[in-house]
Amino acid sequence: MNVAAALTRPELVCPAGTPAALRTAVEAGADAVYCGFRDETNARNFPGLNFSAQELGDSIRFAHDHGSKVLVAINTFPRAGGETLWHEAVAKAEGAGADAVILADLGLVAHAAVKHPKLRLHLSVQAAASNPDVIRFWAESFGIKRVVLPRVLSVPEIAAINAEIPCETEVFVFGGLCVMAEGRCSLSSHCTGKSPNMNGVCSPPSHVLYKEEGDDLVAKLGGFTIDRTPKGVAAPYPTLCKGRFTAGDYAGHVFEDPVSLDAAQLIPPLIDAGVTAFKIEGRQRSRAYTQAVVAAFRKAVDDHMAGRPIASDMTKRLAEGQTTTAGAYKKTWR
Amino acid sequence: MSDVTANPTLVMGPVLYNWPVDTWADFLARVADEVDVDRVHVGEVVCSKREPFYADRLPEVIERLQRGGKSVVVDTLALVTVKRERQIVADLVGLEGVEIEINDLTPLATLEPGRRFAVSPLVNVYNEGTLGWLASRGAWSVCLPPELPLASVQALAREGARLGVETQVFAFGRLPLAISGRCYHARIHGLAKDSCRYVCAEDPDGLEVDTLDGEAFLSINGVQTMSQDCATVIDEVDALLAAGVTSFRLSPQTGDMGVVAAAFRDRLAGRIDGVEAAARLTAAGLKVPLGPSMMSRAWVPANAPGGA
Repeated sequence: MNVAAALTRPELVCPAGTPAALRTAVEAGADAVYCGFRDETNARNFPGLNFSAQELGDSIRFAHDHGSKVLVAINTFPRAGGETLWHEAVAKAEGAGADAVILADLGLVAHAAVKHPKLRLHLSVQAAASNPDVIRFWAESFGIKRVVLPRVLSVPEIAAINAEIPCETEVFVFGGLCVMAEGRCSLSSHCTGKSPNMNGVCSPPSHVLYKEEGDDLVAKLGGFTIDRTPKGVAAPYPTLCKGRFTAGDYAGHVFEDPVSLDAAQLIPPLIDAGVTAFKIEGRQRSRAYTQAVVAAFRKAVDDHMAGRPIASDMTKRLAEGQTTTAGAYKKTWR
Repeated sequence: MSDVTANPTLVMGPVLYNWPVDTWADFLARVADEVDVDRVHVGEVVCSKREPFYADRLPEVIERLQRGGKSVVVDTLALVTVKRERQIVADLVGLEGVEIEINDLTPLATLEPGRRFAVSPLVNVYNEGTLGWLASRGAWSVCLPPELPLASVQALAREGARLGVETQVFAFGRLPLAISGRCYHARIHGLAKDSCRYVCAEDPDGLEVDTLDGEAFLSINGVQTMSQDCATVIDEVDALLAAGVTSFRLSPQTGDMGVVAAAFRDRLAGRIDGVEAAARLTAAGLKVPLGPSMMSRAWVPANAPGGA
């Protein structure tokens, strides 16, 4: 570990699907919490989740009182003819005292840069900015201060990017894992008519059906069989890129195994690679989960900063029996 | 600037698959001489590992197409991560006298202000704000993402007309649905992307991915995921023209793309009806099944009556 990196304390950015989860994350040691409005402007537009303008204002006051920041994700792609909703969301976030907004759409970023020049802009992972040239374009054109990197890059590639760009980077270290370049996938749209980019949902529960067929439990999405398990075995949620299919002579997980991301052990090399912030996925998860994951990563970061090793089993149990992967951070994933 | 009152423009998109370089050059030579399209796209979009095969032959192919009276656009890579990929993009952008189409925003980092460019369906243009910003930066043609509903196409075509930007739809071909850092062709052959042995070349239309029940589902093309149907807007031509769409993109598949282009040309000109056009597409010798466009499909939630 180099000395300069040891002096830079990374920011731990944690999810909050509700005001209660936000308080939990702050109390568990989040340096920053990210959340979204209760509408189609954010990419976790699930029933029962997210914040009203009033709740956001109250939550930001709570977070600030406890020394944490709040980042507001407005990271779907505004609907043609309906951009006002997204413009208002940016204005509401600034009005509520947000420390930054996380945006993905070029037009919305351009709007925010002109209309809200004092508001700090982060580029969402949904913008899939995957190299130094395009990141410089975003930073120089619109004053983007931080880019959340797509989960298609290896650690050396992240280091190379940080050596060449004028802004900060944030990377995902835990939780669900998109196998596609984020914001550039319309598989869910193809199967259900509902997409992450337009509707803020992927493989939505409204289009899921579990059905018994003989000795099998079949998990379907939009009428397509995504997986089949023997009755009695826990059936996975039919996220379409994590299903089992056939292709040529191959049968199995064509796109990705049902794994989740755990890069806790990569915190040291990622700090050395110049990463500013570590992000935990999961705004849709329970408060108990949020508490456990945030506390574990708080300890992981603090241990590393104090020169202690990061315990190898620290985050394993949090994956709730799921297999974990370091994803694209290891080049062999490709 | 395109003339939005003129007849609709018919465009041959870039070959998205790993075709042997001679097959690819022969295809484009035939397009140059015999296929009735106004514009032809060339250049590797999907995988930088394929790019060197085509790079040397590109000048001759472009020249041949131009001699055939086609305007030519060179496409950039869709996913740019490593240095070599950045160099490929920078080299294309640096070429004098070549029209480029961007497949992500990377080229805008080096494209001189005022230089015009086209925008591919892999760039997220969902609204007037994005369209307007790109137009002010030099975009003269935008092919809209296939997932957009007709209402969005209408709104964007209206704005495109106001800005003098050609509004194009992805009119024919397996739909480009996703791009990844991971190569699925390599993965299902037990290989990694870096040692892929170019197994994607075995599947000139991509490889079908079916459900465990044997139902047609998706297809893979290296790092790209596509629909399994060859989606066509042939049934929506009237609605799209009424919406103000000025350009239609045909994405090359194995089969007679000349027949496909002629069917679209005649349908767009009102010389044949949808039934006749569909019959001609069916007779084009395609190796992949025809299917509906995304905008024409109706999805039913699983918990609704008659749902999945």
